[in-house]
Amino acid sequence: MEREEGMTLIVKTITRFTVWLILLYGFYLIMHGHLTPGGGFAGGLVIGLSFIHLTLAYGRDFVRRRVKVELMHALEATGSLVFLLLGLVGLVTSGVFFLNFLGHGEPFTLFSAGYIPLLNLVIGLKVGAGLYLAFYYLADYRPGEGK
Amino acid sequence: MPVEGWLYGLLGLMILGSLITLEMKDVLGSIVAVGIVGLLLALCFLLLQAPDLAVVQFIYEIPSVIILVMAFAGREKDAPEQKRNLLSPVLAGIVLLPLLVVGYFALRELPSFGGPLLRVAARYLARGAGETGAVNLVTAILLDYRVYDTLGEATVIFAGILGAITIIRKVGRKG
Amino acid sequence: MGLYFMSFILFAVGLYGVLVKKDLVKIIIGLTIMGYGVNLFLILIGYRREGLYPILEKGRAAAAMVDPLPQAMVLTAIVVELAVLALLVSLAVRLYEKYRTHDITKIRRLKG
Repeated sequence: MEREEGMTLIVKTITRFTVWLILLYGFYLIMHGHLTPGGGFAGGLVIGLSFIHLTLAYGRDFVRRRVKVELMHALEATGSLVFLLLGLVGLVTSGVFFLNFLGHGEPFTLFSAGYIPLLNLVIGLKVGAGLYLAFYYLADYRPGEGK
Repeated sequence: MPVEGWLYGLLGLMILGSLITLEMKDVLGSIVAVGIVGLLLALCFLLLQAPDLAVVQFIYEIPSVIILVMAFAGREKDAPEQKRNLLSPVLAGIVLLPLLVVGYFALRELPSFGGPLLRVAARYLARGAGETGAVNLVTAILLDYRVYDTLGEATVIFAGILGAITIIRKVGRKG
Repeated sequence: MGLYFMSFILFAVGLYGVLVKKDLVKIIIGLTIMGYGVNLFLILIGYRREGLYPILEKGRAAAAMVDPLPQAMVLTAIVVELAVLALLVSLAVRLYEKYRTHDITKIRRLKG
């Protein structure tokens, strides 16, 4: 069917530029989460949206051959696990769950605020991979046809 | 115009939009209308000096509309609301009107708009940047003062997405 | 006070959608609108008159800021709503496959 092949050539050409910009914006929101509005959740959703953008423009099967779904499952599970491990590090070393064990640094710079950028990164990966997975499995259904 | 005027206008538009959403017969139209209500909500968050939330609400609205359109937009027009019986809106009114009356009397006890209590947040505002090193105080609360709640939230999101995947999967895993 | 009551009315409109409507899509949309109403109410409580957003800046001293605590909680709530929406939509899609309708009265009457 024509529907699986994605959209027209104009959309595909423009997507080749915009998907990287969207991904970059998502990483910007994640890494500057402790300085400007944003944070892990907003950036993670933007990263998931970049993959959705790719799928909508190029068609389902094209993207499924290139972006492996096992990688997305692994990213989501790893995100949750690393979040918990960062908390347990504090518990093991000094008896406080989720202790901010890295140094504080100078305010207003990128490498400040202890482990908050790490937590933001992990949460962003988790939410982005989760959103893409929900979209991936939902894309198999068309309400017009049915089983 | 002070911010309350804008908020009254936006809230009125949101209530009107949500009534239109629920009463529309076309599925695609009602999904687009709920998207518009969400964008108006992001504007309200912006006026209430919450830029983190405006960004997150705006970015949440887009996949929500995408998921709804993908799942529901192409269905056959079988028009489930055939008989408009009068009983269920009356019963709903019997449930909702006492709720609104009790809500009115309860909401009068809150501190007036513009004067929050700030019992705990005063300490976060005063010493947040020094103790955590983060300049964005909402992130400092989410990931340093109240990070246990964020752990619970990460777990809930994980479980929700996992449940959605399990229900909607076409083929199970091999082996 | 009027603003609080209007956000409560928004919540009540969503509740009306959940109670009265027979279409599954309208019920899901009603739940979404209830979520909007509650989030807006929490942020309305935390607003301080002439307050600024709770992010420190270089030029600005620690001025009067709005309450950051409800903002953190509502940020949590918005993203959890996304996972709940994914779950609801997958349930609705499965129901449609089995019963070929989105009408909840018909879904009640058909036996498996």
